[in-house]
Amino acid sequence: MSLEPDNLVTDTDHATELPLDETQFVATAGASAAVAGQWTLMLWKFRRQKVAMASLVVVLLLYLVAILAEFLAPYDVDMTRPQYTYAPPQGISLFVTTPDGGWRFLPHASGYKIVVDQEAMRRTFVVDPEQIIPIGLFVTGQSYKLWGLFESNLHFIGPTNPADTVYLLGSDRIGRDVFSRLIYGTRISMSIGLVGVVISLALGVFLGGISGYYGGAVDTAIQRLVEVVSAMPTIPLWMGLAAAIPLTWPSGLVYFTVTAIVSLLGWTSLAREVRGRFFALREEDFVTAARLDGSSEMRLIFRHMLPSITSHLLAMVTLAVPAMIIAETSLSFLGIGLKPPVVSWGVLLQDAQNLRAIANAPWLLFWPALAVMVSVLSFNFLGDGLRDAADPYDN
Amino acid sequence: MTTDIPATAPTVLEVRNLAVEFALRGGTFTAARDVGFKLQAGRTLCLVGESGSGKSVTARAMMQLIDAPGRIAGGTIMLSGEGAPVDIATLNPRGDAIRAIRGRRIGMIFQEPMSSLSPVHTIGAQIVEVLRLHLKMDRQQARARTIELLRQVEIPDPERNIDRYTFEFSGGMRQRAMIAMALACNPQVLIADEPTTALDVTTQAEVLDLISRMQRELGMATLLITHDMGVVAEVADDVAVMYRGRIVEAGPVDEVFHGARHPYTKRLLNSVLKLERTSELKQASTAADPILSVRDLGKLYQPRQGFLSRRPKTEVRAVDGVSFDLMAGESLGIVGESGSGKTTLGRLILRIVEPTEGTVTFRPATGAPIDVRALDKRGLRGFHQQVRLIFQDPFASLNPRMTVRQIIADPLVVNHIASGASLDARVSELLSMVGLDPAMMERYPHAFSGGQRQRIGIARALALNPRVLIADEATSALDVSIRSQMLDLLLELQQRLGLSFLFISHDIGVVRYFCDRVAVMRRGKIVELGPAETICTAPEHPYTKALISAVPHPDPRQKRMRTRTRLDA
Repeated sequence: MSLEPDNLVTDTDHATELPLDETQFVATAGASAAVAGQWTLMLWKFRRQKVAMASLVVVLLLYLVAILAEFLAPYDVDMTRPQYTYAPPQGISLFVTTPDGGWRFLPHASGYKIVVDQEAMRRTFVVDPEQIIPIGLFVTGQSYKLWGLFESNLHFIGPTNPADTVYLLGSDRIGRDVFSRLIYGTRISMSIGLVGVVISLALGVFLGGISGYYGGAVDTAIQRLVEVVSAMPTIPLWMGLAAAIPLTWPSGLVYFTVTAIVSLLGWTSLAREVRGRFFALREEDFVTAARLDGSSEMRLIFRHMLPSITSHLLAMVTLAVPAMIIAETSLSFLGIGLKPPVVSWGVLLQDAQNLRAIANAPWLLFWPALAVMVSVLSFNFLGDGLRDAADPYDN
Repeated sequence: MTTDIPATAPTVLEVRNLAVEFALRGGTFTAARDVGFKLQAGRTLCLVGESGSGKSVTARAMMQLIDAPGRIAGGTIMLSGEGAPVDIATLNPRGDAIRAIRGRRIGMIFQEPMSSLSPVHTIGAQIVEVLRLHLKMDRQQARARTIELLRQVEIPDPERNIDRYTFEFSGGMRQRAMIAMALACNPQVLIADEPTTALDVTTQAEVLDLISRMQRELGMATLLITHDMGVVAEVADDVAVMYRGRIVEAGPVDEVFHGARHPYTKRLLNSVLKLERTSELKQASTAADPILSVRDLGKLYQPRQGFLSRRPKTEVRAVDGVSFDLMAGESLGIVGESGSGKTTLGRLILRIVEPTEGTVTFRPATGAPIDVRALDKRGLRGFHQQVRLIFQDPFASLNPRMTVRQIIADPLVVNHIASGASLDARVSELLSMVGLDPAMMERYPHAFSGGQRQRIGIARALALNPRVLIADEATSALDVSIRSQMLDLLLELQQRLGLSFLFISHDIGVVRYFCDRVAVMRRGKIVELGPAETICTAPEHPYTKALISAVPHPDPRQKRMRTRTRLDA
């Protein structure tokens, strides 16, 4: 049964009042719900979903990291210290033991001591709790230009003495700080998803929209195209297209080309979904009514049909972003997407391709992979929540 | 269904102080409270009420079938017979005890036979399952019993139909199969929730006949839930009237219909009886010239040749050679059952669906007659300003993403008729014209009830000062008390604005109340056309006779269905 607002009366004995003239029913409807538009209703529904709300927070945090990468990272992305290769993560402790046996508050990381592995004749690093490297928040360090504009040397976290080195998440083959690189990688990996989805969305809504609205031969042609594109084996196609990118291109251009390649294949599912919605909407009474009102086709599509699916589009887009992130990661991992010196999570994972790295420096695999998983899961949960909230009249 | 079983027959099921609550955002909604009634062996109790009155919730509570967040908040539902009495209200909705009662001791028939039967199992398989589950029959026994049951519910050729799927059955046949399933275990109680609402009147009469015959044979206690006072008068022994979750009046059918005490019952009966004759507001139409002439209009659906199939498919004539004139200031009713082509006819005239044959001629106030079929896109826009459509479904026909102001203003904006302050003034004027407060124009459609939404739809149709309104089942989705209000509104607007109506409906009462002349459609053709009163009281065509006589009469002293004319075809 439907629970319409006019049934929501709280009076105890209404049998005597006989509001048979149905115009009287309105006053009992909650005035706020009455003037609440689609987005407000959707927001109300979304707020009730705990997991989706938590995911939204995670996603927003990730984008905050992406925006403030230079400030949050202790070191520059390309800072190398060849003396510290494959240095393990240093733990952070908040207290130090004073010689008299007491405790003192001093956030610090433990230093390294070098041990020579007699068997392999290799130098390895071992965390040495005896050495204390004080660290702090808002410390000065290497200077950088935030967004290439503002010169600063203030870092969110780092060793209080700029001459010390701290590898919170370990270092890589040539002694670069994994933590800093992960932060810089967030910027590329999280934005390539968005840019890719925008391109996919434009293609998907346009082609899916005209396919669903006009139907007939147009629909048949577009649907066959969708089928052909979705039938293409993605990895070989990516490899082919990526191989066509000239090696001399600057990294920024390569970045956009890779995005375009990824989204060229990603639009098909969006197009199908938009087409289905348009098909259903075209037959809706309110669209017929608008047509009889004299609305032009453009007005029908943009004023009446598209607003009906924007909330669903938002959900679809949110669910498409993780696919893009995964695609970028896989491409870069295989060495056909982004290449160093660009830093993305996929590029970071390239370092974890060989066995020695995994055996001796598992943090090279663990942290970038964790970042990918957290972001993909958050986007998926967020998208599911949005999709459930997108239909305010559902319940 | 009225039987001669006395009012002292044994009570099978007794409901006392039943309350059903739904926990919603911002409070508890009590869907039913203090509900009490008795079901007696062999007698029929009709629970009657309008949408949202709590009648369906009450019925579902008796089977513990209430969906979350609803729950039974109090009261008892005592089922007697077969050992110690059971209080259904205390049983676990997912427990074994209630499952032994559902389908076995209480059978239920739902409104929508298509969604209550599984589309992927044969009719027979579904009934066999019930029999094997509850009566522990073996496969052969169950199949034999199923065939017998299908024969009892008058399904022809049961040996063959047992292996058919639901989609191969018509609506009436599906409802018969549903009844066979409900009765498979000889239940003590039968609950029928709007069993005929989705059916045409002639089918409704047959299904009601069948239920009453089965009840007589099996001596069941029956609870029939309906919104249709006509059905109540035809079949009930006792009546309980529900209003906003309470039973406001109960008693034997004759007492309630002829000695109603509660003001709500009186209002309800009045609005039903009002539709039994021509409206008092109706003035004799001074029909002069035809404003809209339809000649030999037809729509032939030629099936597309399948890509791989070579078998030619049969063509369908949805509308077949329809001719009539709509006079200026007249209301012409188009009556027919589902599939008769009446809705398609309305859409052909507006060219929402392109006709394949015939002509439509519209005579505007000034200028030459217009051949509608020859109009180009711009001409059609002009035609659509003068001939407007009112939709059946007040929920689907308003864009949920737009406020009422935007919805009503839309035709004025796209046709560049008004803007700014004059637009607001016009919207306010239209809203007050249809009896709504202009202050509500900032609200969204979801804040309005069904009747109010239909008023908004009418305001939108009137915005362009049309001359003809095509109302496609404009009152079918509304409750009966609101229905007559809506018709009175349309009558008043017709006289004020000099409108002509093409009024498409399946409801004979509504058409008689509203229309000057009526055309009866069957299988795409007009079988009879004449003055409304003549068609409704002395029809000539055998189909019209069958149709009119199948309409239930809201007076238990004059049951029309008993003596109805049947059409064998």
